[in-house]
Amino acid sequence: MPKSDLPTQPSHDKDSEAGFWLKLASLLAVLGVVALCAMIVVAAIPAFFSQGQTPFEWSWQPYQGHFGVLPMCAATLLLALLALALGFPWALAIVIWHLTEEAPALSWAKKAFALFIRLLTTVPTVVLSFAAVFLLTPLLRLAFGGTGFCLLGASLMVSLLILPTMVLVLESGLAARLDALCPHGLALGLSRYQLLRQCVLPQSRRTLIQAAVLGFGRALGDTLLPLMLAGNAPKLPSSFTESARTLSAHMALVTANEVGGAAYNSLFAAGLLLLGTSIGVTLILRKLAPNRARGKK
Amino acid sequence: MTSFPVQRLVFACAALLFSAQSALSDPLDPFKTLSGNLDIAGGTAHIPVMKGAAQEIMQANPKIRITVAGGGSGVGVQKVGEGLVQIGNTGRALKESEIAKYGLVSFPFAIDGVAVAVNPKNPISNLSKAQIKDIFAGKITNWRELGGQDATISLYVREDGSGTRETFEGRALDKASSTDRANVVNSNGAMKTAIARDPQAIGYVGIGHLDASIKGVSIDQKQPSQENAAKGEYPVTRLLYMNTKGEPQGLTKAFVDYIFSDKGKALIVKAGYIPYAKK
Repeated sequence: MPKSDLPTQPSHDKDSEAGFWLKLASLLAVLGVVALCAMIVVAAIPAFFSQGQTPFEWSWQPYQGHFGVLPMCAATLLLALLALALGFPWALAIVIWHLTEEAPALSWAKKAFALFIRLLTTVPTVVLSFAAVFLLTPLLRLAFGGTGFCLLGASLMVSLLILPTMVLVLESGLAARLDALCPHGLALGLSRYQLLRQCVLPQSRRTLIQAAVLGFGRALGDTLLPLMLAGNAPKLPSSFTESARTLSAHMALVTANEVGGAAYNSLFAAGLLLLGTSIGVTLILRKLAPNRARGKK
Repeated sequence: MTSFPVQRLVFACAALLFSAQSALSDPLDPFKTLSGNLDIAGGTAHIPVMKGAAQEIMQANPKIRITVAGGGSGVGVQKVGEGLVQIGNTGRALKESEIAKYGLVSFPFAIDGVAVAVNPKNPISNLSKAQIKDIFAGKITNWRELGGQDATISLYVREDGSGTRETFEGRALDKASSTDRANVVNSNGAMKTAIARDPQAIGYVGIGHLDASIKGVSIDQKQPSQENAAKGEYPVTRLLYMNTKGEPQGLTKAFVDYIFSDKGKALIVKAGYIPYAKK
């Protein structure tokens, strides 16, 4: 073996070694997701094919042999959609104000608000829920009657929960584009607000959709807020001020006391539906985003 | 005659030893020679008793480590069955299937009553069993029908499979289930908070959880109290169980015995339950 070959040989080895570990790591990550989906599908099969019991009905009465999770599916979607409808415009308004407020007198307010939004990401949901039980629920009871535990209350708190996520995604997406346009735009006599409104927002559909997808995903999966605030009645609510049970809260309630049996098995069907809904909505929203934006970023 | 004093001495010593032992006989003694870990999980009603006992034992012998976790009756069964904990607590008797699957042995150690509770502002303090059935079936929906003010009843129940709910539906509703319009909360604490905050609320909690923040309602003039439950006068009661996989050994056995000792009984009373004699 000629001596001159020696220096290149080890470095080449190292490169391929690093490549091997990277490939292994990505393979494991993909396998993990695939295994998770496969596990839930396999575990859900008994619930779909057991005789006489189907998770696709509107009645949950485990002692009478009804294991329907459809009311919970509907409540989950309603809660997430309402939270998104409440939270998204709110997040967008905050970001627009934050990016375009030019008054020097208000710069302290901008800083304080940025800090507040970042702090909000660190508040545990149990704290949010507990505060809401004592502050929001009695207000809703006064305003709408009933018990105050309802979809609306849970949606309001979930919209607060997903607010910082959406604000941070929107801001990081919009700020760079606005800053890139600013020197020229301002020189042309446009204000920051006009630039954002006329030039940046129409080009930022993908950022808007990304923020909505992330917010929606969190709203769909959050457990503790609906568990403590929505009332958990296992039936289809006829209005937003009625008690309802989301899939995630349903799983938390049933797993606390059941091991095995039809009620337990139906949870895997519920889990599959939740996973399916989440993936489905993400895919649909991604399709809505124009592909050309991907190259531009 | 040298043996005589020696015999006397041995006898005296033995007598002294015995008397000393009986005078100082302490339920904590069996733990002196033990060490290691003991993990407990399951029903939330059990936690005050388990934690109290664990503290006393760990103070007497720091070489023993006892952890107590909640999770609910189902979690108790699963964890003890799969060997993750040594004692799994349930607020209900084990099902045949659970005993068969895991080979569990049950130790009922306390009686807990379940009381119907309303907000302290509610004027109603007695309901008939038939009225309670109609309320929880969703047939009576206004307090006016029961002699109260004109307001919609806020109904609160516990989640499916909860020991408290099982006891309530089994003994107070005669196995009927509650309406699905009721709000569902997932612990005695959450139930108390809900009833204490909602003037029109009705729900149920373990008798040990009754305090000034909520008002216990008599059923057919039978007041919910631990005394009445112990005497068998109050009808809505359940047993609290410890479960082990197979007959308990070593530290686990010592712990189970401790719960049945006088000190254990004191803890049970302090937690608001009635001690249940070991069979």
